[in-house]
Amino acid sequence: MTHKPKLKLATTSLAGCFGCHMSFLDMDERIVELLEHIEFDRSPFTDIKQLGHCDIGLIEGGVCNAENVHVLRTYRASCRILVAVGACAINGGVPAMRNHFSLQECLEEVYLKSPDMINPHIPNDPELPLLLDKVYPVHEVVKVDYFLPGCPPSADTFYRFLSELIEGKEPQIGKVELRYD
Amino acid sequence: MMTAPEPNLIRIDDREIPFVHGETIMDAALAADVYIPHLCHFPGITPQGNCKLCTVEVDGKPLTACTSPAAAGQQIRNNIPELNEARKVLTQMLFIEGNHICPSCEKTGNCALQAMAYHLGMLHQHFPQQFPEREVDASHPTIMLDRIRCILCSLCVRASQEVDGKNVFAIAGRGIHASLIVNTASGKLVDSDLEPSDLAARICPVGAILIKEHGYDAPIGKRIFDQHKISEIGLEKIYIAGAKSDDS
Ligand code: SF4
Ligand code: SF4
Ligand code: FES
Repeated sequence: MTHKPKLKLATTSLAGCFGCHMSFLDMDERIVELLEHIEFDRSPFTDIKQLGHCDIGLIEGGVCNAENVHVLRTYRASCRILVAVGACAINGGVPAMRNHFSLQECLEEVYLKSPDMINPHIPNDPELPLLLDKVYPVHEVVKVDYFLPGCPPSADTFYRFLSELIEGKEPQIGKVELRYD
Repeated sequence: MMTAPEPNLIRIDDREIPFVHGETIMDAALAADVYIPHLCHFPGITPQGNCKLCTVEVDGKPLTACTSPAAAGQQIRNNIPELNEARKVLTQMLFIEGNHICPSCEKTGNCALQAMAYHLGMLHQHFPQQFPEREVDASHPTIMLDRIRCILCSLCVRASQEVDGKNVFAIAGRGIHASLIVNTASGKLVDSDLEPSDLAARICPVGAILIKEHGYDAPIGKRIFDQHKISEIGLEKIYIAGAKSDDS
């Protein structure tokens, strides 16, 4: 029997809530079966910090700060197939609701005007990534190969999508079920 | 010698469909259980041809089915990949022109725009997101108007005039500057005679006009398009009932 090399899978969460990652784990024991064919690279599921060359990159969340842009570009450069996963990656989602307001208004509302603030000030530690003017969908920053809608996409959606890629088939997203909520 | 009168039939894809003189292609299709995608058509209300989702090819020419009269012998193409692809692009444009954050919208699961996008297999919005700013009108005690999700279908305008006998709404401006306005001196809903039982308050296909305090009467998972596909004919009754408030 010939052994196909395992597909390398990296995942990350940008301006997301980790709900997509949680939903991925909802595939329960099927993940064991999946691990026969895929191997995790950098991901919140592993402790790998350095992104290697990967076959598949799953991106959760939209792009809200300079670090998100950097991480996203790194994933694009290292992953053969890049996938925007979930509502926030696809159209900005709930974090993009801040796009109605200027960045200044958002910061003042949160850090100066919130009730019961002790020593209110807008954080300015140089370590903090700078916020972008708006929250952007992933495909407005890099080229995206596939989109998995849903808030979050169901475990079945993840499982079906990855199984199809493992089998070398064109994924049939949306032919079975489609949900944006 | 008399020639036999032409039978009143049109052909939509592979089906021959009868029609009555004066009917539109949409009327005839709906009566025959043939689905032509539509967002701004509602049975009994004068069609206006706003959304263009119902575009079909009539003898090779693109026409909106909701406004085009049926005529004997028309050869109509409807459910074909080219048209469905064009409909998907129109739907994507409707999404990016507003703020459609479905997970945070009361209308999710009951929304015709969302159901249309499912029907057409829309996986993403393709075009750059506009993130427009539009005024919210929460002035009315029982009805909410959030223009950020309005697709300018004008169903509320027409329902108010034709069915409710009022004149609550209008579309002002043109093109990208078009917006839904309220016909009162203040421009606010509270000063209008709109009531939750009016068709205009219940007809909105998206989450732009909402009856307050009833958004979550039906839990997510038990909503109209959790149980039906938008391509089923005659959903309007459930649609109106689903959006109806208790006190109407
Ligand atoms: S109006 Fe419809 S498409 Fe828009 S956010 Fe609400 S559910 Fe989604
Ligand atoms: S408020 Fe609703 S019914 Fe009225 S024009 Fe906008 S989308 Fe159509
Ligand atoms: S339904 Fe015909 S144009 Fe909208």
